[in-house]
Amino acid sequence: MRVEVNSELCQGHNRCYALAPELFDVDDYGNAVVIGDGTVAPGLEEKARLAVANCPEYAISVVDG
Amino acid sequence: MTNQRTPAADWASDLDHADPRYNEHAHEIWDELRASGCPVAHSDRYGGMWAPVTHELVHEVAYDTDHFSSRGVIVSNTRPLIPAPIGPAPPITSDPPFHQIARRLLLPPFSPKSIDPWDAEVRRLCTDLLDRMGDIEPGTTIVDAAVQYAQSIPVNVIARMLGFPPEDEEIFRGFVHNVLEAIDLPAEERIASFQPLDEYLDRQIREHADNPRDDLTTYLMNVEIEGNKLSYEHVRGSIVLLLVAGIDTTWSAIGSSIWHLATHPDDLARVGDDPDVMLFAVEEFLRAYAPVTMARLVKDDYDFHGCPMKADEWVLLPFPAANRDPAFFERADEFVIDRAENRHAAFGLGIHRCLGSNLARLELRIAIEEFVRRFPSFELAGDVTWSVGQIRGPRALPVRVLAHG
Repeated sequence: MRVEVNSELCQGHNRCYALAPELFDVDDYGNAVVIGDGTVAPGLEEKARLAVANCPEYAISVVDG
Repeated sequence: MTNQRTPAADWASDLDHADPRYNEHAHEIWDELRASGCPVAHSDRYGGMWAPVTHELVHEVAYDTDHFSSRGVIVSNTRPLIPAPIGPAPPITSDPPFHQIARRLLLPPFSPKSIDPWDAEVRRLCTDLLDRMGDIEPGTTIVDAAVQYAQSIPVNVIARMLGFPPEDEEIFRGFVHNVLEAIDLPAEERIASFQPLDEYLDRQIREHADNPRDDLTTYLMNVEIEGNKLSYEHVRGSIVLLLVAGIDTTWSAIGSSIWHLATHPDDLARVGDDPDVMLFAVEEFLRAYAPVTMARLVKDDYDFHGCPMKADEWVLLPFPAANRDPAFFERADEFVIDRAENRHAAFGLGIHRCLGSNLARLELRIAIEEFVRRFPSFELAGDVTWSVGQIRGPRALPVRVLAHG
């Protein structure tokens, strides 16, 4: 499981960073970036799903693999 | 407001958000409009105004910068004198492509990593305000959580960030009232009402030119776009934005949240007993009581889902109504303190996402935490007065303290 940020859609609401700081960071402009290659470590699946479900711009997604 | 103003006759066809009944009954008004099959209210006031009240339509307008301009974002009887794409208060009044250039200048100072270090200062400000309430007799003492607390928090923070004297907070609140509440003045009076704000900022900018320091005013005066400093109007307009947008929006969010806790003892107890719930509770306060309705100007005549919009008519963008649309949120009319899925639009949608959202969220969270720490139990103790206009929140909020922490 991996998380992805669509940087075209991200407007810097920072919901993902607040809910799952293990998976997301923010750049100097406050826009979201995934940490590493976005791989969701075991135990963080629920946080990944929360990040997806709270993005007002639908910029976060979870992909298999 | 003018003395001869007539109350809104009908919210669907004569909507007036400067009618004091609008903010007081906003939730019922939006519900009724959605249920009536009229998702876009209209008014001939203000030179023509439309107001979509569903999440889907608010989202559509917010994303559609081709048909809707941000040149004006506060509905009034006049139209902004500074044209698109810059507008009078960049970047909130700017359209693409200039918008992104102006916005990028201000994103770094409001990013989470710039804002998080304000935690201790905001907390100290909140505890100072609580200390200043004097002797508290649980069960007897009534404090005004809007006047003695909420209204002083964001104004002090933004004054410090801009490098303005915090003791001028009453002056700033006067400016904010002129811009955001005195919206139904005749055009000439409205334009003249901005004069004191412009003159105040001219003095502050001159003072900063003489005494440059590490604050946002100096930053805006020195920052460059492709080797060029910003125009004077751009500098002053961005300061207007930061001063006005940073004050009564967050004040309203804090006030509405305290109002909710004063009327929902179970939620108040939960905040006190389970501090971790604040991660979700703050977002639910923002969803259920979002303070900010934005606006757009129609660029050219446009048929919007059967609404014959004319050029230069206003479109209200009630994000707070979108946040209560049952077609988008489950249990939309309920406050669910630990709502796990919450794509609320309190800070807007699309390219104009509130620049100060990280600061607003920090202030709201700390303000609630400190109020509840000091007063673990309190209840509503009288009539609440709500603001008028596009920012919705309590302006008088008497609460009786029942327990003292």
